[in-house]
Amino acid sequence: MLRDITLGQYYPADSVIHKLDPRVKLFSTMIYIISLFCFRGVAALLIVTAFLAGVIRVSNVPFRYMVKGLRAILVLMLITAVFNLFLTPGEPLFTFGVFRLTAEGIRNAGLMLVRLTYLILGTSIMTLTTTPNQLTDGLEKALMPFSKIGIPVHAIAMMMSIALRFIPILIEETDKIMKAQMARGADFESGNLLRKVKSMIPLLVPLFVSAFRRADDLAMAMEARCYNGGAGRTKMKPLRYGKRDALAYVTVIVYLALILLCRRYLRWPM
Amino acid sequence: MIKAKQLVHEYIRRDEEGNVESVTTALDHVDLNVKPGEFIAILGHNGSGKSTLAKHINALLVASEGTLLVNGMDVSREENILPVRQSAGMVFQNPDNQIIASVVEEDVGFGPENTGVPTEEIWRRVEESLAAVGMLKYRHHSPNKLSGGQKQRVAIAGVVAMQPRCIVLDEPTAMLDPNGRREVIRTAHELNRASGVTILLITHYMEEVVDADRVLVMDQGKVVMQGTPREIFSQVGKLKEYRLDVPQVTILADLLRQSGLDIPRGVLRREELVEAVLRVAQVEDMQ
Repeated sequence: MLRDITLGQYYPADSVIHKLDPRVKLFSTMIYIISLFCFRGVAALLIVTAFLAGVIRVSNVPFRYMVKGLRAILVLMLITAVFNLFLTPGEPLFTFGVFRLTAEGIRNAGLMLVRLTYLILGTSIMTLTTTPNQLTDGLEKALMPFSKIGIPVHAIAMMMSIALRFIPILIEETDKIMKAQMARGADFESGNLLRKVKSMIPLLVPLFVSAFRRADDLAMAMEARCYNGGAGRTKMKPLRYGKRDALAYVTVIVYLALILLCRRYLRWPM
Repeated sequence: MIKAKQLVHEYIRRDEEGNVESVTTALDHVDLNVKPGEFIAILGHNGSGKSTLAKHINALLVASEGTLLVNGMDVSREENILPVRQSAGMVFQNPDNQIIASVVEEDVGFGPENTGVPTEEIWRRVEESLAAVGMLKYRHHSPNKLSGGQKQRVAIAGVVAMQPRCIVLDEPTAMLDPNGRREVIRTAHELNRASGVTILLITHYMEEVVDADRVLVMDQGKVVMQGTPREIFSQVGKLKEYRLDVPQVTILADLLRQSGLDIPRGVLRREELVEAVLRVAQVEDMQ
């Protein structure tokens, strides 16, 4: 049962967004998040909506896949909405005990819901169209300047990609150990929370031992294949910017400029 | 290709104050001379020192005494470590713990990436080495979806892509099922035949060494027997002393000979035994 978990939620499809350089996608997502939290006015909201809808359209990922991500934060969204509704100071429209409903509250709650929804939809486009490997590669290349101030960017990226490779293996191993312990009478299901946590110990100890052994083996195998850190390494799949990447950068920057312009001149009605 | 002279390796265990608690001699004055293009099998019981020897050839361990030359390079010198590792590749026992990337072709490209091979050349090599082990059609797969034998072949391809002169396989079949075992051994022989790569196969399955050019038997850190498979298997009693399982055919042939039939020593394959028995039967018919 544990085997079915796949990490990342990559949705394979053939689209411009899929083919974009992961660095472009990382950068655009960042810009998009910034724009979500600094837009003002209905005009800007329309631009954001149009931008999001356009990207979703072009990405060829079915809309329901993105909505799945929304379900996970439904509770968070409800709490945020309730807090905004009743705890925003202003003219009360309606009072019920300590709760005061204000016009500002309604507006804030609505805006917050829109922001959170757009945030999840927008960022899930990135994870849906980029494989974890591409993402790691993109991060490594994008963060390379930091290696000059002593941050081991290559090592961090390597660790991330190895972790991605070993997650399914360790999950399978957990499954195996669990079955072995169950065969000897271990009970992982019943009891209260404390008991359940305690019953995890005989599962975690062997898992950790084996993980360390694997790490040791893997380190040796990497050394045997001449791994020597990042220095002097070439790439099998190097990241190269193409025409479409430049175009994407321009689009995103124009988009941000529009949002900022609206914030300055078309603030109505916010 | 590989020349070892009086190689000694000691595992030293120390207590908390750094005093020597015990010394285990894993390699005890080993001499070894491997010629280019040879297919050598090293047999030995657990703890016989065969894996330690393998790790020396790849410069993963440094000898306590003695010298080891790989492709003419002294492995104990710091600047030789990377060239040695490139000319003597190594395949390990556990297929899962030596595949680094989450896509087959990227894993095969890992070695060439490390040695600074240009991108186009990496692609060429990845294709060639995957084709050489018969895994080209799985290039875009995740290693997690492959069988043990397939994973081990991917690991071999990863080594081949570095274009080594010699490949050391350290018990590559110990964790595989019989089918996977056959696949891996066949791949090793094909590489040896097709591109003249020197192969050092470390194993404790006797059946796998039958086709080797030369067999070495190790016990307690020493090379105790050396010769062609036929020479080695003709000494059934001695092999049993070293706690090695002799192939069933060889044991049967040996028992038949001891009971007085005229059967040659060191029978390796079933067909050979059948032939020998038929000959005996014919001779008896004529009498």
